[in-house]
Parts: sequence; C-alpha cells; structure tokens
Amino acid sequence: MSDISNIFDVASRAMSAQMTRLNTVASNIANARSIAGSADEAYKAIKPMFETEYAKHASENGIATVNVREIVTTGREPTKIYMPEHTKADEEGFVWQAAVDVEEEMVEMLEASRQYQNNLEVVSTLRSLMMRTVNMGR
Amino acid sequence: MDGIRQHFGIHDDALALRSKRNDILASNIANSATPHFKARDIDFEATLAKAMPSGPLTTTNERHVAQPSNMRADRLHYRDPVNPSLDGNTVELAVEQMQFSENVVRYQTSLTFMNRKVSGLLSAIKGE
Repeated sequence: MSDISNIFDVASRAMSAQMTRLNTVASNIANARSIAGSADEAYKAIKPMFETEYAKHASENGIATVNVREIVTTGREPTKIYMPEHTKADEEGFVWQAAVDVEEEMVEMLEASRQYQNNLEVVSTLRSLMMRTVNMGR
Repeated sequence: MDGIRQHFGIHDDALALRSKRNDILASNIANSATPHFKARDIDFEATLAKAMPSGPLTTTNERHVAQPSNMRADRLHYRDPVNPSLDGNTVELAVEQMQFSENVVRYQTSLTFMNRKVSGLLSAIKGE
C-alpha cells in the first residue's frame, strides 16, 4: 500500500479499520441466536485483529495509523442445548447455539463507534485549522 | 525575505511544530484500539527552544551550569500511561484528547499572531 503522508491517510485508514470492527459486530449480533446441528457448524464470533502501520519516516514525523491484519474467530465454544423438537437436533436431541456473547458485542460496538467518532473529530478539527492557515493574511 | 521571516519571530516555527504534534496525537488516537501500541509525543518546549535563534545557553564562567547539548529534542518520547491497560496499549483517550485540544488551541494562537503580523506588514506596504 502507498505510504501514509498526512492526517487524512491516518484517519481514513483508522476509520475503515473501526468500520470493519463494526461489521464484525453486526455479523456476530445477527447470528447470535442461530442454531446449528453440530459444534463445528455452529457460528463462532469473529473479530478483527488490529495492527499499527507506521509511515515510512515514522521515526521523524511520528505518523502511524491502524490496519486490520486479519479477521479471526474467537475461542468461545458454542452452547450445547437440549432441544429435541428442533429439526437440526442430533439423535440425542442436542443443538448448538452460536458462540456469541451479545453483551460483549454491544460493548465492542459502543467502543468502535466512539473511536470512529474520535477520528472524525480529529479530521474535522485539523481541516478547519488547515482552512484558517490557507486563509492566513486575508 | 529574511527580514519578513524574522518579523514572524518564533511563530512560524511554532506553527510547524504544532502541526507536527497534531499528526502525532492523531496517530495516537487512531491507534487507541491496537494492542501493544505505545503512545508517542514530542517535547514541544525543548524542540522549539532548539529552533530559536538564541540557541543553547553558553557558559562563560566555570561555575555556570551547562545546558546538556547532546539531547536530541526532536526525538519522539513514549508516553507514561496513567492507568496501564492489559493489552499493552498506552493510548488513553482522555489524555490524548486533552493534549490534542490544547495543541489545537495553541496552534490557533500562533496562527492569530501570524495573521496580525501579516496584516501589519500589509498595512505598512500599502501605506494607508
């Protein structure tokens, strides 16, 4: 990818990373109550792994942004529920509910949206500063 | 041109440095959720002091206390976290946001000074 040279690169990448995080939260919450016939088939919560991306001259200008390195599934195990009337139940009458903790996802969602807003706030502040600087002396 | 530059005094250096610090603080805020990221900052006063025309203090008497001159003031420092977090990230949003808003206000102050000086020059040129 191209080098990060200014504040707009920093904020846009950080915001898209937070957006990816919000997407995974949405997917997890959407699948929270889904039921599968085996532990392997059951949905497992996904989560982005964030990684710092430094600019080429980060030691001089101190610019660094964040990227999503990969999306991993969490180690949480699906819940085994006794539900013999369910069409997906195995011969013993068990089904597996998706391994998603809704409360955890809600907290994650709040944090991601706050950090998205923070980045946006930084950009709008710095943009107005830039506009004032451009208009200097008028 | 040198005269005009001198007329601006410290404010053009201060403005450039404030802008650089804004970039660094924005990078910290961008990385507020990255595990193991260490928040960084520059020592503004020390870096600006280096840019000032007076330079480091000279010692003319052996009893004068010498200013350490080998200190690279424009180096990035790591921030000492108030509440260390478990994932090794030292960005604290409260701290970063306060530093950022302070830096923005000070940038605006320098900008206002520059503006005044520019309009002063302009009125001198126009002679009105």
